[in-house]
Amino acid sequence: MSKARASLSRTTLVHLALIGYTLIAVFPVFLTLINSMKSRNAIFRNPMQLPTTETFDLVGYTTVLGQGDFASYFQNSFIVTVAAIALVLLFGAMAAFALSEYRFRGNTLMGLYLALGIMIPIRLGTVAILQGMVATGLVNTLTALILVYTAQGIPLAVFILSEFMRTVSDDLKNAGRIDGLSEYAIFFRLVLPLVRPAMATVAVFTMIPIWNDLWFPLILAPSEATKTVTLGSQLFIGQFVTNWNAVLAALSLAILPVLVLYLVFSRQLIRGITSGAVK
Amino acid sequence: MSDATSSRDTMAPIRRPRRWHIAVFLLPAFLVYSAVMILPLIETLRLSLFNTVDGEPAFVGLANFKVLFGDARWAADFWNALKNNVIFFIIHMLVQNPIGVALAAMLSIPKLRFAAFYRTAIFLPTLLSFVIVGFIWKLILSPIWGVSPYLMDLVGLKSFFSPWLGKPDTALIAVSLISVWQYVGIPMMLIYAALLNIPEEVIEAAECDGVTGWSQFWKIKLPLILPAIGIISILTFVGNFNAFDLVYTVQGALAGPDKSTDILGTLLYRTFFGFQLQLGDRSMGATIATVMFLIILAGVSLYLFVIQRRMRRYQF
Repeated sequence: MSKARASLSRTTLVHLALIGYTLIAVFPVFLTLINSMKSRNAIFRNPMQLPTTETFDLVGYTTVLGQGDFASYFQNSFIVTVAAIALVLLFGAMAAFALSEYRFRGNTLMGLYLALGIMIPIRLGTVAILQGMVATGLVNTLTALILVYTAQGIPLAVFILSEFMRTVSDDLKNAGRIDGLSEYAIFFRLVLPLVRPAMATVAVFTMIPIWNDLWFPLILAPSEATKTVTLGSQLFIGQFVTNWNAVLAALSLAILPVLVLYLVFSRQLIRGITSGAVK
Repeated sequence: MSDATSSRDTMAPIRRPRRWHIAVFLLPAFLVYSAVMILPLIETLRLSLFNTVDGEPAFVGLANFKVLFGDARWAADFWNALKNNVIFFIIHMLVQNPIGVALAAMLSIPKLRFAAFYRTAIFLPTLLSFVIVGFIWKLILSPIWGVSPYLMDLVGLKSFFSPWLGKPDTALIAVSLISVWQYVGIPMMLIYAALLNIPEEVIEAAECDGVTGWSQFWKIKLPLILPAIGIISILTFVGNFNAFDLVYTVQGALAGPDKSTDILGTLLYRTFFGFQLQLGDRSMGATIATVMFLIILAGVSLYLFVIQRRMRRYQF
């Protein structure tokens, strides 16, 4: 009896602590979203209040959409992220397959070489990366960003995918070989479909740092035509510091796609982190 | 890679043909990774040994490092950035990781209701970009808007409010805590996964011996999740000594006020790329990048060869 009560009060405490931290985590985002839809006066007079019919005002959004070229920023971010993820998945899966399927001289060495990049950040090579991009004429192109992000994503992709590919049954692959499938067909038609869940995990892990990166867009592609949404909103907000409506609206616009994607894929993502990533 | 036949294959009665497909599978990843990541990294390390002498690039040995560590124009900035970076890391280790472990411990209580909801909500900030996080907190901490004084008034602490981001002696702590707020989700998730991997039998055996609650956490679970704590520590280390974006968005490239939030990443950016009146300097940029590389390499090696070796791994 007393034990049950003790555990009940403990559970209550745990819930209180978790609710408390959840509020700390979500409150700033919530505050930004509600205030982005209010008039300037209401933002300052009553920051905590939800927008009412009187205070509801979308002036911030009209400023943002009128002034900044956000559609093009979104498009750039989208192209870069999708292309880099596709390349990371394709190249990473191919390399992971070679490392996990075949025994050959230099296998371990190659695995270690590709794993280096998990710990050493690509940013440290920026000086020479910029030099290389200048030499090849790729500065201020989306190609430069795609290449950099592909290189950045490959190490973790190879690491996670080769763990998963080891679990694909050998019998299946050998059956394919007996049926006369080439090694390429075995990879593309038998193995790839089976590791799809792991590919989704890798895609999410690769996506977040690319979408949010500020460093490489700032250094490799700062031109108006190639700005990503992260760099674009950084500069936009910098210019409109005193226009609170516009700043809050720009922030909300930058949050929304991430928020929607996260709510859709959070199960996948969290399962990915809690299963595959920790070995 | 292409001559991939192992010695055992030569003994086999039928000699296998060269397996070109292995090379084909490895080549794209190898090429992109080497060309865009490894070679530039090596080239950057090499550049740190060169500088422009009389308009010509020349090998100068370790002179760049001597300038960085000892020259009046550079040393103050460098040591200041390094010191701030160390403080930045210590705050993460003392605040972010314990909070992460505590949250994970609470979330892993069996049959806890709403656990999935809490997990999803607490992980949310980790996904936001530094730009969003930086500006949101700049607004919230701004004395103009008054949200923080208002909130502190609710708990009776209004008199303690001050514009933390604008004061040299508190700005670094404020920025570090913003970063902690953003990243607490990562240690939480990794520790949570480690806690879920502890087998039922171990916990049941502990309960049979009367070890429950707090003492169960300290004596049974914590030793079992030490490897995961090692992983989050090294991830924090690498992330912190490579950080740039948050300071840049909150305090600008000059990492004000009065360079009190300058860390190695922002110093590298200003040095290499130039800012306002300061011209970009490639050699010194490469030198700072090399120092960052050596710091990160030292941390990773310490982890791989000392900490991870000593840690006992429990296989279930």
